Amino acid sequence: MNRRDLIKGLATVPVLGAMAYGTFRKRRQDHIKSHRLANELGMSNKNLVFSHYAHDGDAIRIGIIGYGIRGTQLMKAAGFVPPETIREWKEAGEKDSRNKRYEEFLQQDDLNVKITGVCDLFDVHAERAMAAAANTGREATGGTMGPRPKRYRTYQEMLAADDIDAVIIAAPDHWHARMTIDAAKAGKHVYGEKGFTRTLDEVYAVRDAVKESGITYQLGHQGRQTESYIKAKEAVEKNLLGKINLVEVCTNRNSPNGAWVYDIHPDANENTVDWVRFEEPCEVKHPWSPERFFRWRCWWDYGTGLSGDLLTHEYDAVNQILGMGIPESAVSSGGVYFYKEKEYYVNEIREVPDVWNAVLEYPHLDFTLMYSATLANNRDRGKVIMGHDASMEMGNNLSIYACSESTRYKEQINSGLIDPNVPIYTYIPGRKNVDSVATATEQYFASRGLLYTYRNGHRVDTTHLHIAEWIEAIREGKQPSCNIDRAFEEGITAAMATMAYRENRTVFWDKDKQQVTRG
Amino acid sequence: MNNKDLSGWQLWALVVLRVAIGWHFLYEGITKLMNPDWSSLGYLMDSKGLFEGMFHSIAGNAAILNMMDFLNVWGLVLVGAGLIVGLFTRVASIAGMVLLAFYYLSHPAIIGVAYAIPSEGNYLWINKNLIELLTLWVIVLFPTWKIVGLDRFVFKK
Repeated sequence: MNRRDLIKGLATVPVLGAMAYGTFRKRRQDHIKSHRLANELGMSNKNLVFSHYAHDGDAIRIGIIGYGIRGTQLMKAAGFVPPETIREWKEAGEKDSRNKRYEEFLQQDDLNVKITGVCDLFDVHAERAMAAAANTGREATGGTMGPRPKRYRTYQEMLAADDIDAVIIAAPDHWHARMTIDAAKAGKHVYGEKGFTRTLDEVYAVRDAVKESGITYQLGHQGRQTESYIKAKEAVEKNLLGKINLVEVCTNRNSPNGAWVYDIHPDANENTVDWVRFEEPCEVKHPWSPERFFRWRCWWDYGTGLSGDLLTHEYDAVNQILGMGIPESAVSSGGVYFYKEKEYYVNEIREVPDVWNAVLEYPHLDFTLMYSATLANNRDRGKVIMGHDASMEMGNNLSIYACSESTRYKEQINSGLIDPNVPIYTYIPGRKNVDSVATATEQYFASRGLLYTYRNGHRVDTTHLHIAEWIEAIREGKQPSCNIDRAFEEGITAAMATMAYRENRTVFWDKDKQQVTRG
Repeated sequence: MNNKDLSGWQLWALVVLRVAIGWHFLYEGITKLMNPDWSSLGYLMDSKGLFEGMFHSIAGNAAILNMMDFLNVWGLVLVGAGLIVGLFTRVASIAGMVLLAFYYLSHPAIIGVAYAIPSEGNYLWINKNLIELLTLWVIVLFPTWKIVGLDRFVFKK
């Protein structure tokens, strides 16, 4: 081999050296940048570890009150699904391998609970609830079923039963207070759906009853289990945002279902529904109305519309992160602007607004919490906490952007270490390496829910975790995350916002007297 | 091929082209290798077109996904290195074409589809993956490695 041969053969090899040099330089640059930034921010680079909630010991015996849409979801979260539904999930999974509902349900932790009682005013729902409760082996149609629970015609009879330790209340809002108070008096633990209560007076009554009884109460804001909110709290505690001055939270939906104009079951009639009992707490009674029975959220007689149903979720998420409690004042406005035509209804047009905004003031903390909702457009407006130095966007992922006029980050922005258009901190649940800054591609995919959905083959259902936390709290005599004190704050806040709209005035909270006053 | 088939400029233009494509492959491979969080999951879930179902089912199976990630990363690294130094260049070029064909089929530039990652240019049917694939075809047909590259020693007569 001559020299010429050698040179030609090896001519391109030095390119590898150039690649190594370039890669080294780039890596060092990225490392210095992310390391300096991480040190600057002081956020822990540990991924959150989800410990399983404890479920050893005797099985907790649960009664379910209300097996409508939410009751069905809660029973699933507790581990009980009708065999018919399992069959549908299985078939859907066989047709499309991407459909993992069946697999995911099988992987859901067994909470070591039994459903020993069922109560629903509609026969069809009660039947389905019993079928779900008996399906202890998570079998499809034709599988071996466990013992069927007892069906109770009234929740009072259920509360009197010896084989019930706790109840899940997923009845309409106008029943929440009565049921929770009676359950507390009977010494049964309660998982209660939101909104906490329908009226202001009920908020106090339920709080007092639960506190006196010492039962374990959990309010159904499953957002408490959202991983990114825990990181959000850390970011606020580390003062990454600077002085917080405005919080903006929203609800955006755009379907009849999202606006509570649900389907009316064809088998519902005066023989299959106990309508008189349904209306028992109402001051004014109405003739049998399947529309009111299934779409109760549209009328003030049964619920509080966007306030109790959806403001409360957003409020509780912020309360979890900022712990700001009850606002000093509330105003709200809106109207029935979209679902106002007869075509959407059978007989009656809704009373509760479909576009509604509430402004909650916290002068003692120097910030405003603004809630804005529409049920006729589903543009995702996110959830943002705004501080003088940075904004934090919260969803499944968490992103913090420095403010270009920030005082704290001024130097880093000038030196180019921080770019206000690029998040200074991103948290994507399930990501192995929290320390490194997520690439643009990664953020893109993650924000669209394309990432980590199938990691380790399972998705985490927050409602399941919320129930699991409640069960663990019952077993260990602990307070769950959305306990009666948090529920009281949610209840008073929602009641203030509802009153502000219905009475068209500013409503105040007198902290010393613990009373709501009108302006 | 020998020196007489191509002018000096023609030969070196093809070598530079080969090395540039190799560089692109190798750096894509190295960045993925060094990022512990890298996975093709998001990309596969964003697939569109005729083979969408196939790519989605790869993404849906953790074991297959891990294998694909492994093959992709090391495929990129080895193809890239091979093209640069001109070692087993023919095999590397064809393997590179196969990888690019997968990328193209998972994200084809067809009418009526949009992807999560916005494109930096405008493409109809022909996109950069396809052009790179066709360029590798040219590389295969002009075996520059027999002159410039380690293959000169490997396949020495």
